Amino acid sequence: MSEDAIIGLLVATVQFATLVYLAGLGELIAERAGVLNLGVEGMMAMGAVTGFMAAIATDRPWVGFAVAALVGMATAGVHALVSVIMGAGQVVSGLAITIGGLGFAAFIGQDAVRERADSVFTDLSIVGLADIPWVGPILFDQPPVVYLAVVLGVAAWFVLSRTRLGLALRAVGESASTTDSVGHSVILLRTSAVLVGGAFAGAAGSFLSLYMAAGWTEGLIAGRGWIAVALVIFGAWRPGRLAAGSLLFGFTLALQPRVQTFDLTILGLEVNTISPALLGILPFLLTVVVLIAISFRARHRPSPAPAALTLPYRREER
Amino acid sequence: MSEPGDAAVSSGSGDGRVVVDLRGIRKEFPGVVACDGANLTVRAGTIHALLGENGAGKTSLVNVLSGVYLPDDGEIWVHGRQRQFHSPADAIAAGIGMVHQEFRLVPTLTVFENVVLGSAPRYLDMGQIIERVAHLAATYSLQTDPARPVWQLSVGERQRVEILKALWRDADVLVLDEPTAVLTPAEAADLGLTLRSMADRGRSVIYISHKLDEVLSVCDEATVLRNGVTVAQPRSLAGIDRSDLAEMMVGETATEIQRPTDQPSGDVVLDLEGISALSDRGLPALHSVDIDVRAGEIVGVAGVSGNGQRELAEAIAGLRPTTAGTMQLAEVDITGTSPRARSRAGLAYVPEDRLGVGLAPTMSVVDNAVVRSYRSMRRRMMLDLRRCEDFCKRLVERFGVQVGRLHEPISALSGGNLQRLLLGRELTGEPKVLVAAQPTRGLDVAGIAAIQSQIVAQRAAGVGVLLISEDLDELLALSDRLIVMYEGQVAARMDPTQVSRADVGAAMAGTASA
Repeated sequence: MSEDAIIGLLVATVQFATLVYLAGLGELIAERAGVLNLGVEGMMAMGAVTGFMAAIATDRPWVGFAVAALVGMATAGVHALVSVIMGAGQVVSGLAITIGGLGFAAFIGQDAVRERADSVFTDLSIVGLADIPWVGPILFDQPPVVYLAVVLGVAAWFVLSRTRLGLALRAVGESASTTDSVGHSVILLRTSAVLVGGAFAGAAGSFLSLYMAAGWTEGLIAGRGWIAVALVIFGAWRPGRLAAGSLLFGFTLALQPRVQTFDLTILGLEVNTISPALLGILPFLLTVVVLIAISFRARHRPSPAPAALTLPYRREER
Repeated sequence: MSEPGDAAVSSGSGDGRVVVDLRGIRKEFPGVVACDGANLTVRAGTIHALLGENGAGKTSLVNVLSGVYLPDDGEIWVHGRQRQFHSPADAIAAGIGMVHQEFRLVPTLTVFENVVLGSAPRYLDMGQIIERVAHLAATYSLQTDPARPVWQLSVGERQRVEILKALWRDADVLVLDEPTAVLTPAEAADLGLTLRSMADRGRSVIYISHKLDEVLSVCDEATVLRNGVTVAQPRSLAGIDRSDLAEMMVGETATEIQRPTDQPSGDVVLDLEGISALSDRGLPALHSVDIDVRAGEIVGVAGVSGNGQRELAEAIAGLRPTTAGTMQLAEVDITGTSPRARSRAGLAYVPEDRLGVGLAPTMSVVDNAVVRSYRSMRRRMMLDLRRCEDFCKRLVERFGVQVGRLHEPISALSGGNLQRLLLGRELTGEPKVLVAAQPTRGLDVAGIAAIQSQIVAQRAAGVGVLLISEDLDELLALSDRLIVMYEGQVAARMDPTQVSRADVGAAMAGTASA
């Protein structure tokens, strides 16, 4: 098995990790504020198609990326309106956004399917670092969105753990009534968190259409939004652990497209003959295994899940 | 804590300046007037007791002060300015800090995070904030570790965090609603020291309690509420003893309830011998309680809430395991048996929490009505819905329950109708013993009369009734014998025709007489 094949696999791992990390980070922010948003898949699809179309129209990938974030935010706005402001069930609202978002994205993207992608992100080599053997091509010769994801991850950690806003966000995810009683607005905090989460999901979707696939097709998201939701649990609602989980899932996601290039035999089995469909199951199998493993976590300490997750809040009146 | 006799009440460092002045506060809820012309005047540098029986309006009054309720009438003056509080945030801004009975803390956050939540600096410099919180805690001898998560703390420590929250916001009036109800005696003593050090620094404390000893040893001044009205405002507690306070709280009100006619009582139908049980927190709640109830009599159980009455009712119902003692129901040993077995042996139980334990709120009136006796309404494997409905209709008619549709959720019913249905359900199948915990609490006048007349009717029918109540008038009027609970023990056994409200009040406060 050649060095190039291994490097290729790891490069793809970092890119897939970036994809699920961006979406997962948005979901993490919303969930820390107490709002489960199962609409990630739909928001990613909306971001992917609108971002792609905007990039073609303006010939600028960054414009597409920004449009994708805004559209993701607008899609999440529906979830915020229904579940935060009106207090309806978060699960139902989120599922509706996934189903509706996928359908709507397919509808508006009918013409975009045939478009050739000229204006997409290109790799950005970091001068000096990109030439390091192995590490250089894997970490420092990537599209700019990869670097941006790292910056956003650090920023999210800082805001959540070191600022007044982050403290309020974490508190509102644990106990809305307590947060209300000290003078923070529950609605404002949760709505903002959901909107930011939507922007992250939309942007993640456009990373698929503006770089990884460099085009739009129906079914482009292919369940990666659901992996992002599961990753938040895997990451115990913490940005750092979410990054570790993203790399693990990124690796399993990268296997499917890359394995065919491997010239490797394990136990008499030629690896490149394994069915791609079977490999495609791997990330989801891992998701199930991880969720089962997490359910066996020590029970004497509180669950890492925000205590008020999925609970709508209405100020008590007597 | 000092002896009540020599209650060494310091006058505090108060300079007599009035900090809080509530004038003629009225607050009405649907069907209940909680406060009706209540006054409260609190001076700087004093610990001010707010006393009164359950339902006297104490909590409603301080909720008006802390911005939780908007008063229907009356004036709120703080630091000589008339204020209107539309939310707790308004009251916090005016320097009022409230420590509720149920703590408002986020368990997964650390102590310092909970303390600064809502008034934190934009950037959390952890080292600096921890230091400031620790310094504040040390100033008022509040022992705590600011970096620990709150879920690891004991109840007493959590209360200290709540007090720190108020101090962090620079509250100069701290309101504590029954602060020692959840504390061990040692923790309560520490709390007293903390409050005194606050008063010494010119802050004021409003201290709601029923525990008269505690009030005498901790507080400087007092306000006594009865039925939502301020009835006494002693400027100093020096020279006042426990029975004076008890008398102010209880008053002399005329009873309007008709005493049931005398009748000979029968055999013992409920016999508790040496029953002990633990509280929810695992601390002893009942110590070796002996109670017997005869057929055709009402035994009343009085006591300030939290002295073991709830645990007693649950132990008899089979909902709380007993750690010692035996229980017999109509000469059948029911010690350690299931609630169902006790019900079959002839126990009817009306729990204190009627819409949580007694009834299932989201289920229909019919479902709730048959839940005790559905087994007799089966047709092969299935429930016979028509028989269920017929049963429910008979119940509704017999007990005068006002209900819209039989299949609407029972939570749509008013308190009085809920209780009528619950009592009616429990009384089907001719029980031998009725245990009723706070059966008339929170009901309107008509509801109270209906429930009381049912209880009296059961007595006439030869049922042995154990009536647990915080309404002394009710107990004195209905009971054939009266038991007073204090700290999980039977503190006194009285003949209700021979004692006054003041006697009972004294026994409730732990001064055994009779």
